[in-house]
Amino acid sequence: MRLPTPRGPLGEQVHAVLRTRPGPPAAASSPALLGSGVPDDPEDTALTLWVLHELHYRGFEEVDDAWEWAPTLMPLRQSLEQDLEGRLRARFAAGWAEVDPTDDVTVLLGRIVEADDGPSLARHLQRHGTRDQALALLRQRSLYHLKEADPTSWVVPRLSAAPKAALVEVQFDEYGDGDPERLHHRLFERGMAAAGLEHAYGHYAAEATLPVLEQNNAVSLFGLHRRLRGAAVGHFAAFEATSSVPSRQLAQGLRRLGVGEEMAGYYDEHVEADAVHEHLALVGVCGALVEEEPRLLADVALGAWTCLDLEARTATHLLQEWDAA
Amino acid sequence: MSARDEGGRPPARVVGGDPEQVLCPGGPVLLRGAAVVETDDGRRHPTTRPVSALCRCGRSSIAPWCDATHKLLPAADRPA
Repeated sequence: MRLPTPRGPLGEQVHAVLRTRPGPPAAASSPALLGSGVPDDPEDTALTLWVLHELHYRGFEEVDDAWEWAPTLMPLRQSLEQDLEGRLRARFAAGWAEVDPTDDVTVLLGRIVEADDGPSLARHLQRHGTRDQALALLRQRSLYHLKEADPTSWVVPRLSAAPKAALVEVQFDEYGDGDPERLHHRLFERGMAAAGLEHAYGHYAAEATLPVLEQNNAVSLFGLHRRLRGAAVGHFAAFEATSSVPSRQLAQGLRRLGVGEEMAGYYDEHVEADAVHEHLALVGVCGALVEEEPRLLADVALGAWTCLDLEARTATHLLQEWDAA
Repeated sequence: MSARDEGGRPPARVVGGDPEQVLCPGGPVLLRGAAVVETDDGRRHPTTRPVSALCRCGRSSIAPWCDATHKLLPAADRPA
């Protein structure tokens, strides 16, 4: 993939740095990049953080792989991550009651899922949406679905036996049960191609909306920091627990709009798979993790709530853009 | 009132393999390990994933497997 067009001065400066060869640590300049702090430009900062995180996934054609761990840009990445984490925690504190540390984690996650009253893109596309809207949604979703399950895989080595075994059981299914052609991001790739869309990894980052960038940044932030493993598995569980029914609605909508049997098939797979994964994620992963580390309960809730909040923001944004709210 | 009274299908029976069975309250039963299940019409369905969710509410559109339709049912109509 190539670097996406930056959305502001911070991105422009960071891309210029990334096109050079990483020098010795003393050549650090990221505090200078930040000037007086994280700029008050959410699109610029979100896309910049997305680019910095992508150095840990597949990287960029024009960027030296050594930038992944080059210290020069680490202070900048950390500032952007702290800014994002602070925002996510503030939203959670404003949107959800304080977590009672004696709560049962699966009951609490069930309440968070039940309370979610965000608008549904799947319901809209099932009966009313247009083909152009369906394709626009697929382009937005492609940022995550073309690396589906990958951000959660960062968490595996940070877990003890019980939650690790449960997480890997789900991940094995996400990764096709040994068959690369059943691997979920491969299924999405084929669906994109059949729908006439570009299926190259990260291709549509340039048009990603702010909530989509924030959702992708949140899941990378949670996955890449051991400290945030509770939030990572909470996000994962909420995603799995809210996927099966909307996937069925989307599959119907995609067939109605003639977007391609392959893409509808991708969602068919999620109807069946996520009906299984939901229980494994809630009980097997989150339940086992909190049993061993009860102090992680609040972070599990933060991750779950954040997943649903950012999906609601994504839906609100797109439905408003389509004048379909 | 059971799923069957409402016109739902009865759950398929495990007729092959020896899967570990995990009951999800209000939802499906998970089968861990390879298995073959048989539906009322005598058709047999092998599992295709390491863990499969068998429908218990009788209303799945992908029976015998679960499609999470149970979540859309009133709590009283969900399987115990």
